[in-house]
Amino acid sequence: MNAIAISDLQLVLAASRVLISLALSWVLRLGLGRDIAISSLRMVVQLLLVGLILAWVFSLQNPWLVLGIGLVMTFLAAHAASRRPKRTYPRLLLDSFVSILISALLLTSLVLKGILDVQPWYLPQYLVPILGMVLGNALTGVSLAVDRFTANLDAGRAEIEGLLSVGATSREAAHAAVRDALRAGMIPTLNSMAVMGVVSLPGMMTGQILAGADPATAVRYQIVIMFVIAASTALGCLMSLELAYRRLFDSHQRLRIDRLLVRS
Amino acid sequence: MEELLAVRAASRQVAGRTLWRDLSLAVATGDRLVIDGPSGSGKTLLLRSIAGLDPFTTGGCEFRGRTQLEWSMPAYRAQVMYVPQRAALAPGTVLEGIRAPFGLGVHKDKSFNPAAAEQVLADLGRPARLLETDTSNLSGGELQSVLLARALLLSPAVLLLDEVTAALDPELASQAEQVLISWSQVGERGLLWVGHDRDGQSRMGTDELRIGKVQ
Repeated sequence: MNAIAISDLQLVLAASRVLISLALSWVLRLGLGRDIAISSLRMVVQLLLVGLILAWVFSLQNPWLVLGIGLVMTFLAAHAASRRPKRTYPRLLLDSFVSILISALLLTSLVLKGILDVQPWYLPQYLVPILGMVLGNALTGVSLAVDRFTANLDAGRAEIEGLLSVGATSREAAHAAVRDALRAGMIPTLNSMAVMGVVSLPGMMTGQILAGADPATAVRYQIVIMFVIAASTALGCLMSLELAYRRLFDSHQRLRIDRLLVRS
Repeated sequence: MEELLAVRAASRQVAGRTLWRDLSLAVATGDRLVIDGPSGSGKTLLLRSIAGLDPFTTGGCEFRGRTQLEWSMPAYRAQVMYVPQRAALAPGTVLEGIRAPFGLGVHKDKSFNPAAAEQVLADLGRPARLLETDTSNLSGGELQSVLLARALLLSPAVLLLDEVTAALDPELASQAEQVLISWSQVGERGLLWVGHDRDGQSRMGTDELRIGKVQ
């Protein structure tokens, strides 16, 4: 694999393209200039920093360091996932962390040991990007699922309590809300699987091909990754919904809508 | 007379404000207890607490000699059934909405009889074709009739009725009252009635409890 290196000058050249967006914003009076500039700057700084950190991690090949990086990534994913739903409840962050951690841990280790058999298992060149992709998708799934579930409970309170009052268990009463939320959490993953390769060339595959890999190899990696992403998203959604269900219904089979806070 | 339901020394606070305290009541077979009080006195909250949808702050209630906490909640609520002023039914036809609870674990020994559903609706003054209506197209009054019919078909022992005739016109309201009165006179049954209409209260009640004295 030998990719064409991108020099500093070429990076600056690429960055100058942002002037097009800025000019458009100015001409059309969109008022996005500030946002575009800040987002671009953030992206560049974040990626350069990550590049430095990854180079350091890759050179040390220390399992504890790799695990630590993995944990920090997981926490950041859980934090992002728990901030997105419009309605929140106490310990949503903990629930998101637990469900994302377990699903990512399970599926990433399955790929590293079960499918690719990477030696040693913590080889950061494999672990970090695979974990990153799994986390990114699990976080989207979890935040969409929790957002939909809490919205369903809020809007469907009369229907759910109507079922409870004729003798439904809270699981029976919550069933429709959970099912719908699970579907909402899985839609982005299912959609992207359906059009993969036809409409979109996935980022990982594109990156591998640009970096000089054989397209056939890149495709095989992409297939493995997609299945892992689908499985981890499903698992993450299921777990976060189960945890949210346990917080929002109590042991007396009551709907605890009072625990739900609408974010302002 | 056998005691069905009792509330003992119960109180309820909401955000530091006491709605009712040291509240006790008993419902025996054949009793129809009217709960009256100014608006905001916590009548709905009392019925919801008895149904186990809201907690008592202190005290509690008993059904057939066992406290609410000793019962499994689904079995308890299948017998002490709350009918709210407004509730929602899942999308679908009224028939499906009425049949849905028969699919719950707690009602698995009962079977749904469409003819009985038509009969109850007819008793409440509603035509059988209401069963084919989509639940989203029901008027407020029709929804009340459907919720009442659904509760009656599940044959509970105690009905907790919260303004269940408020959206019905006077003729249908008195028809519903008649159905509930004769329902309460058969077997081991009793009901609690919350309704703002004075005449309705005096027709329905065998007994009355006033709550929510200003503290």
